[in-house]
Amino acid sequence: MVQIKMHLLVCGGTGCRASESHRLVDELNAQLQLNGLAEEVKVVTTGCFGFCEKGPIVKVIPDNTFYTQVKPEDAEEIVKEHVLKGRKVGRLLYEDPETLEHVSDSKHMEFYQKQVRIALRNCGFIDPENIDEYIVRDGYAALGQVLASDPKETIDLIKKSGLRGRGGAGFPTGLKWEIAAGNKADQKYVVCNADEGDPGAFMDRSILEGDPNSIIEAMAICGYCIGASKGLIYIRAEYPLAIRRLEIAIKQAREYGLLGKDILGSGFDFDITLRLGAGAFVCGEETALISSMQGSRGEPTIKPPFPAQSGYLGKPTNVNNVETFANIPPIILKGWEWFNSIGSEKSKGTKVFALAGKINNVGLIEVPMGTTLREVIFEIGGGIKDGKRFKAVQTGGPSGGCLTEEHLDTPIDYEHLTAAGSMMGSGGMIVMDEDDCMVSVAKFYLEFTVEESCGKCSPCRIGNKRMHETLEKICQGKGTLEDLEYLENLGKVIKDTALCGLGQTSPNPVLSTMQYFKDEYRAHVVDKKCPAGQCKALKSYVIDETKCIGCTLCARNCPTEAITGDKKVPHVIDQSKCIKCGACYEKCKFGAIQIR
Amino acid sequence: MDKIKLTIDNKPVEVAKGTTIFQAARQVGINIPALCYMKLENLGVENRPGACRICVVEVEGRRNLAPSCSTDCTEGMVVKTNSPRVLNARRTVMELILSDHPQDCLVCPSNGQCELQDLAATLGIREIRKVDNAAVSTYRKDYSFSLKRDMDKCILCRRCESMCNDVQTVGALGAINRGFKSIVATAFEQNLSDSPCVFCGQCVAVCPTGALTRTDDTGRVFKVLADPTKTVVVQTAPAVRAALGEEFGLKPGTSVTGKMAAALRRLGFDRVFDTDFAADLTIMEEGTELLGRIGAFLKGDTSVKLPLLTSCCPAWINFFEQNYPDMLDQPSTAKSPQQMFGAVAKNYLANKMGVKREDLVVVSVMPCIAKKYECTRKEFSVDGNPDVDISISTAELAAMIKMANIDFVSLPDEDFDKPLGESTGAAVIFGTTGGVMEAAVRTAYEVFTGKTLDRIDFKEIRGFEGIRTASVDFNGTMVNVCIAHQLGNARKVMDGIRSGKFNFHAVEVMACPGGCIGGAGQPYHKGDASLLKARAQSLYREDADKPLRKSHENPYIVKLYKEFLGKPMSELAHHLLHTHYFDKHHKI
Repeated sequence: MVQIKMHLLVCGGTGCRASESHRLVDELNAQLQLNGLAEEVKVVTTGCFGFCEKGPIVKVIPDNTFYTQVKPEDAEEIVKEHVLKGRKVGRLLYEDPETLEHVSDSKHMEFYQKQVRIALRNCGFIDPENIDEYIVRDGYAALGQVLASDPKETIDLIKKSGLRGRGGAGFPTGLKWEIAAGNKADQKYVVCNADEGDPGAFMDRSILEGDPNSIIEAMAICGYCIGASKGLIYIRAEYPLAIRRLEIAIKQAREYGLLGKDILGSGFDFDITLRLGAGAFVCGEETALISSMQGSRGEPTIKPPFPAQSGYLGKPTNVNNVETFANIPPIILKGWEWFNSIGSEKSKGTKVFALAGKINNVGLIEVPMGTTLREVIFEIGGGIKDGKRFKAVQTGGPSGGCLTEEHLDTPIDYEHLTAAGSMMGSGGMIVMDEDDCMVSVAKFYLEFTVEESCGKCSPCRIGNKRMHETLEKICQGKGTLEDLEYLENLGKVIKDTALCGLGQTSPNPVLSTMQYFKDEYRAHVVDKKCPAGQCKALKSYVIDETKCIGCTLCARNCPTEAITGDKKVPHVIDQSKCIKCGACYEKCKFGAIQIR
Repeated sequence: MDKIKLTIDNKPVEVAKGTTIFQAARQVGINIPALCYMKLENLGVENRPGACRICVVEVEGRRNLAPSCSTDCTEGMVVKTNSPRVLNARRTVMELILSDHPQDCLVCPSNGQCELQDLAATLGIREIRKVDNAAVSTYRKDYSFSLKRDMDKCILCRRCESMCNDVQTVGALGAINRGFKSIVATAFEQNLSDSPCVFCGQCVAVCPTGALTRTDDTGRVFKVLADPTKTVVVQTAPAVRAALGEEFGLKPGTSVTGKMAAALRRLGFDRVFDTDFAADLTIMEEGTELLGRIGAFLKGDTSVKLPLLTSCCPAWINFFEQNYPDMLDQPSTAKSPQQMFGAVAKNYLANKMGVKREDLVVVSVMPCIAKKYECTRKEFSVDGNPDVDISISTAELAAMIKMANIDFVSLPDEDFDKPLGESTGAAVIFGTTGGVMEAAVRTAYEVFTGKTLDRIDFKEIRGFEGIRTASVDFNGTMVNVCIAHQLGNARKVMDGIRSGKFNFHAVEVMACPGGCIGGAGQPYHKGDASLLKARAQSLYREDADKPLRKSHENPYIVKLYKEFLGKPMSELAHHLLHTHYFDKHHKI
């Protein structure tokens, strides 16, 4: 048997594949073949490394060299220089945005230093299409251990670990299992909620793409604990790669006897089927999800009854989110004390976030609960892009709130984020800089909830629409102070009266921005100005006479002939004709066009 | 049973475990308003989607407001139903609903009947805040013979959906689209007439607004009444007299048979007749048919189709034709009373009165809107001239009386005209669930056994349970009967018959809750089941007070057979009073 001396881990997540990482894999293999290295160097397609900003990623094991933005054409150099001669390819190494120095390996990258990866433990390490690689990293050991013990012990252990639902609401997982276990029925179900719908969020997708077996194992454990023999994964149809890898993993697990009848000789039967969601955000709400799985309209139902009492097909059903499940096997193997020691007072363990927006290191991160926003944004995230000023961070997905500079030292956990007017949500984190108009930001998020409201309850169906229309009016410069009062009252009432979590949180972006950026709102309605210069209707382009030399370039580029003036004489913009397209601003070489 | 103590608006309340805050509040005289919630006690009719959010209340210690319709009481709970926070939320939500609702109450068919309008008044809404040019839902109008859909007025309470899908199991209506564009519609947004709709109208009967309304045919009636070339006769169904009074402020269950006849005469009808006459005729035909089938069966004929299914209810017939096309020879071939009346009027009465068929206009007043559709069925017309020309509902008759400036309450009691106005008590109870079966049993027993009944009231057949069964001793032969009301119950019975699980001789089916008294042509019950019971009681009282209580004793029925039809199931009777059914499986 030939000893494998080196592994080249190539990210096979959706993002990196979109940047042709699969072609890179082919190219690396071809180059290894060409150089006679195919036997001793193995290329592994893994799940997401999380460092999506600089994908595709290639990581070299054992030296942890971390190559970023690798193209298929770079394969030859990596093989010839690094593999063959042991010389790192400097130009492909990660460059620290502050020091501008190349970082030799992932251990020295600030992005990874602050992270603690539990749910993402295998993402970027193993080939998700090969169950053996999961097993080598202690995969299915937890299941084996659980099957040899009393389900009550496991439930107790999960309870003591302090694990809470990672879908956003933070309900204690062990308690949820205990309730489902306590309800007697001839059939129960374990459901994995993989209907990740927050814009810009891809935590669950990455876990499913990078480590599908961890979910299968955890679902089987849950099934054993609550007395369910059937598992269902409700996954969005828009995640084809995750679906494929889950299908492969389920097939392999069945072949190994880790799913199906009499698992590991324990007498316990459990199998999993996939249900593809049709892309409605609200189906991430557990009762809507169940409704959709039953073939009905995807809309939430009143609770009680809770799914643990009467869920899928009227049977007790335990619904957990992907990330919650991903935490289960390590908790069982390493013990509740270990998990309980990580995190903050009431929020234990870690949380995965999808960092996005105006931040240097866009990507997927996992940090201990209690890490501050500042650490995440400025250390792991590498700070704000292009040296701009931080303005706000929006946590909790489209219905989270926007937090400001003063909240940067807020520890990230369920309690603190809620107290600050936002929420944990499923882990979206979007950073905004000084160029972002907070009224527009609120309007953007509301647009999403207006689109994604199921339409069942009146406050969400009509209220969000009315709020959106009012914000639109404000951005048009037609807002009044009464509109602000109206918005505030409406937002509070929607939160107070909506049927499900979607409506109960949808006004958050508006209410939090109104609270923290009151002046910006007032500027829009009183001064008719958009301080960030984003609201088209509220800005005007004017020509600074002292700078304009009368070159006529702007006039020639104006699509509405709003700019007039003789050659070599300062030009003038007719505001009644100007459509604020910004063409003059872009074209002027003398900085004479100003936005007011 | 476990009792729970709680406080609602500072009043201590003790309720059984499982009681909602909404119900508990009613027990102490606190009426929390609601738009979507509706429940007909003991009829299995409930709509509780928790959608309108009007019934929200404040529960101490709870983060958000609780929908009282779907929140169970818990021990020590402290509830406030009218705190400033609650009132503000309720008014704001109401304003939102109104902001997406046409402001045309004055010309709305539901003006004065609308729960949304009432609530807006109760909550004192004086202004509907929204931005200029705020979006409003617009959807095409959909007209059918029986009902009209104007979904712009829909508030998505989903009551119609519950009735159509859960109660009736028809499945014509369901919510489509998302968010602000959500709308209750048919599959593929077909017209109702092309959908599986059976026109039972129960969606209309529960609609809190003007989104689903009855087709208005009063104008057509006024027009023929004013036409000197036409002779206009009217027939009124048994359930109408038990509910019409409600439209004039009379107590539910007040029988207004005499005043109704007087009012119809004042409206200008040339003859005021009674569908009850035709109900007696139905019993003669259907009862004979039943005895024929039972007789053949007893003689060992295994091809005979039992049970016989009643055929009075047009919505049920539609439902049957769509869902059970493999059993088309199962229902009685007897036409419904409305159509029997039409056939007799146009073929017997017209001659007797010396009026040409096309100059005789038959108007029916029905508790039902499926009847509007029924009279348009092709098999019920001759050369394009229908046996029944126009069918109006109880509510439409009330509207006509009001429009004609008739002070209904002070009218004297008058009798129906002869010959088609005479009826027995058996016919009167057609209007309530079990009535047709009881009437049939009264006549069939006497015909079959040749003996006089000792007792006339068959109480074992009466009641409001969805499915009832009884065995009646026909002098040693046990006749097993089943009564189902609401089509979902009918489906259970039919599936059992089809699979061989049930063995009945006769089954009565009525589509609406409580039978015709709960029809969609009646004044709206607004979720009050006691109202339906009062109407049923009114019919049973009228039956008990009648001198004749068995259909075959109706002297004008006897005369009709003697003068015209010969005997029940004769060739002429078959031609005029019987029909056939169609396979309409393609509609579902």
